[in-house]
Amino acid sequence: MFVLEPRASVPLSLTLLVPVIAIALTLIIGGLIFGFLGYNPTEALYEFFVAPLSRPDQIGNLLVKACPLIIIGTGLVFCYRANVWNIGAEGQLILGAMGAGWLALSFPEVQSPFFIAAMAGTAMLAGGLWGAIPALLKVRFRTNEILVSLMLTYVAALFLDWIVRGPWRDPMSFGFPLTKTYPDAGLIPALILPGIGRLGQLHWGVIFAFFIAIGGWFFLSRMLAGFQIKLMGDAPRAGRFAGFSQAKTTFAVLMISGALAGLAGMIEVSANIGQLQPHISFGYGFTAIIVAFLARLNPLAVIVAGLVIALAELGGDTAQISMGIPKVVTGIFKGILLFMLLAGETLTRYRLVRVSSRSAQSLATPSKREKASKRGKANV
Amino acid sequence: MFDELLLTVLLTSIPLILAATGELVVERSGVLNLGVEGMMLMGAVAAFGAASLSGSPYIGIISGGMAGMFVAAIFALFVLGLATNQVATGLALTIFGTGLSGLIGAPLVGQAIEGLPALHLPILSGLPIIGAFFQLDILAYGAIVIVGLTSVFLMRSRAGLVLRSVGINHDSAHALGYNVLRVRLYAILFGGFMAGLAGAYLPLVLTPHWAEGMTAGRGWIALALVVFASWQPWRVTIGAVLFGGVTIMQLAGQAKGWPIPAQFLSMLPYLATIIVLVTIASRGHIALGAPAHLGKSFFITR
Repeated sequence: MFVLEPRASVPLSLTLLVPVIAIALTLIIGGLIFGFLGYNPTEALYEFFVAPLSRPDQIGNLLVKACPLIIIGTGLVFCYRANVWNIGAEGQLILGAMGAGWLALSFPEVQSPFFIAAMAGTAMLAGGLWGAIPALLKVRFRTNEILVSLMLTYVAALFLDWIVRGPWRDPMSFGFPLTKTYPDAGLIPALILPGIGRLGQLHWGVIFAFFIAIGGWFFLSRMLAGFQIKLMGDAPRAGRFAGFSQAKTTFAVLMISGALAGLAGMIEVSANIGQLQPHISFGYGFTAIIVAFLARLNPLAVIVAGLVIALAELGGDTAQISMGIPKVVTGIFKGILLFMLLAGETLTRYRLVRVSSRSAQSLATPSKREKASKRGKANV
Repeated sequence: MFDELLLTVLLTSIPLILAATGELVVERSGVLNLGVEGMMLMGAVAAFGAASLSGSPYIGIISGGMAGMFVAAIFALFVLGLATNQVATGLALTIFGTGLSGLIGAPLVGQAIEGLPALHLPILSGLPIIGAFFQLDILAYGAIVIVGLTSVFLMRSRAGLVLRSVGINHDSAHALGYNVLRVRLYAILFGGFMAGLAGAYLPLVLTPHWAEGMTAGRGWIALALVVFASWQPWRVTIGAVLFGGVTIMQLAGQAKGWPIPAQFLSMLPYLATIIVLVTIASRGHIALGAPAHLGKSFFITR
């Protein structure tokens, strides 16, 4: 039988190779599944990963799709580094969009260029407070943040559904569940590239996404508060001895990731839609979880990971049209990729060693197993 | 009128009972599988496809269970074989299952099948009020039997004791000579089979069509139900009926024109779960029977 033996040190080449190998294996296995179900595998892979980039304007659309993934993914890295499992970013995104929408709909005459910043602030506040609910319940009652944040996502989606059909519906919308369109000051303008002009749907929010990821990297790797978050995730006991507070860390990471998800929601609406409607996100809050893992919980790598996943999302759109398969099929690639990354995570930290089963029994000492089992914890 | 309502509530709660009972056994063995939604969708599409091809809903039941077990085996491979993070692996399973079921089901959209017939038990089904309990289908009766057997197995049998001890402390169980990974493998496969049956129930009984994502969050509610039931099989049944009741209440509310918006009634199951999580969690974990090693990976290392 095989046992997992911890590596003394992880070579850098392995750290960089794992995501590449994971992507390659994902394409192979995904292709095999399509072939097995009677589709042409090369056509499927082409439609998902090549066809989306066959026109230059699609590069702009790719960046637009990556924008919310990068922003939310950066926030989730904070959470997961602290071993706090926020999977309700989708709900925090919706609340953020609603917060910004409330401001935009309340001041239809406003013309100040700072208005968009105020909307971003409101969105971050709303998303952050929605994220604070699982934090409060976890700290106060020790409830499981996975279930609470997820349940709150359904609540948020239903709340948005009600508000755009009821109190906030535009009376001139002919019964459609739509709010009034935002004033111009509440919209994010398209990004005009010098010499090229408009590139697809490219907008200024994308630039902010890059800055947020870089800022997140700086915060986590260069500042004491970032160190505190990582320490409370890796060794909470040591962190407590150092005087750091578990409760404060939990609040901080859930509110940071909630605020960033809220910001992503505001950007999504102000740049692409211009008004609130029942569905404003294509599951970006859930997809960003994969982005965070693909980036191996490093905010700088979130940029690359966001672009890779955005390509698959864009491919889902093309395949839906050209092959007539539902958009959720992208989940095959996303799911396999996450499986492969998690396996890669284990195989970089441990090596598989073949031993006889008798020696495996006798060699297992509690202290080493305890060390190893600490990685996979999740409290319920 | 009342027994009709009761029947609808019961039918709505059956998939929750099946999926939550399976997940309960998995969690009792110390594994948290967040992939219930994905396994249910695979079960649903396999059951629909098999019933559509063979014309027999009974073959659909088996296929649904097997499909759930198959994707659960993938989960087990990663979580047990490679000791990957259970939360993230479970999410991967849900995303993968949603996608794969969508691809398999793409040619099935728009087809209809003949569902499972209701089996009216003689005499009992004619009883006033409680007659509804005896107008169910074979899978629903099966679900109730399985809950009973699971309860006896977990709480009264030696094997159940071993399973629970693996969930409470895998190191101690290992030291006593029990094969932790094998126990967990069986638990995960059972959980997958049950989630598959739960998924199969949707196209075979509730709506005779396939639609992508037709589970609509039931897998997540099943996960919440396990906590709601504080890891006790019989409480799962009570919780599932309560949840089914809330779901039906919102439909009834819409039909009767209650002044509360339908969306707020739809929120109730999710809010109820949060409230239950708070009430239960504040009473302390040990009193609840939460498996102490839930979600922790087990390694044999040198």
